[in-house]
Amino acid sequence: MADQATFAEQAMEYMPALYSAALRMTRNPADAEDLVQETYLKAYRGFGGFQEGTNLKAWLYRILTNTFINSYRSKKRRPEQTELDEVEDLYLYRRLGGLEAAQAGRSAEDELMDWFTDAEVKDAIESLPENFRLPVLLADVEGFSYKEIAEILDIPIGTVMSRLHRGRKALQKQLYEYALRRGLTDRPSGPDGAGAEEPVDRQPARTGTTATDD
Amino acid sequence: MGEHDDHHHGHDHGSYDCEAALAEIYTYLDGELTEEKRVLIASHLEGCNPCFEAFDFEAELRMVVSRRCRNEQVPDALRIRIAERLTLIALGEEAEDGDEGASPDRA
Repeated sequence: MADQATFAEQAMEYMPALYSAALRMTRNPADAEDLVQETYLKAYRGFGGFQEGTNLKAWLYRILTNTFINSYRSKKRRPEQTELDEVEDLYLYRRLGGLEAAQAGRSAEDELMDWFTDAEVKDAIESLPENFRLPVLLADVEGFSYKEIAEILDIPIGTVMSRLHRGRKALQKQLYEYALRRGLTDRPSGPDGAGAEEPVDRQPARTGTTATDD
Repeated sequence: MGEHDDHHHGHDHGSYDCEAALAEIYTYLDGELTEEKRVLIASHLEGCNPCFEAFDFEAELRMVVSRRCRNEQVPDALRIRIAERLTLIALGEEAEDGDEGASPDRA
């Protein structure tokens, strides 16, 4: 049984994380602020029911997610696309892995940080359909386990895993589009497709490239 | 560069071949494998550089995605508003369902 008086000191530290997640969920700063505020008010009122010693962060995310799904998603007139094109495994690595390996003396992480801006990574996450976006956000940004995500979203663990798998591949495909747009690499089998850094001997694998976008 | 393409076939390092190791790439990076499987994949990665490169790329990409999304500043006005609303509730000056301000469009 948790005491409301301790709520402030324990729950407030999660506000930056919750606000970041709310931005990715709502894709809109005004809605994100409302969502976080509503989450804290609900959490405060319900804090007596929170089992002390269990995972406060996961509990707050569950309230955030439920509030988002119930109050914000239903505002939309049209249900958004909920399916994804098939994307091959290791989509980005097969296209950009050679680029990264070619840069001797720098860590892969340094390279990748240079490749994508904050705005591109955020846009790529926000481009995912919601049923894939939430698991990817909770796993890859917030670091929750499959079991925690299953509890937060109230879906089976197997569903968490399959949505993560497909959502991550779609995220990579979107990031690759940004890399192409910024001229980081050439589009495979494009008209000028023989660039020095192009991973020419990688399998072309046209599955789900821009040619098939709607 | 051919090694990256060809490595899915033919090698067998430890009990996991490349295909089996790559099939578990996310569960491995997510820390969701049993200790027994984790050790088998780790030993495969020690002996198979192409697979190690692929795992490393995915791990680094994940760190970049996470870091790129962690820098949002909570607006001061939001912090203050939440603190004030919680204080009001604590003082009993707000009705139990008094969160109108949070969601103006709610029915």
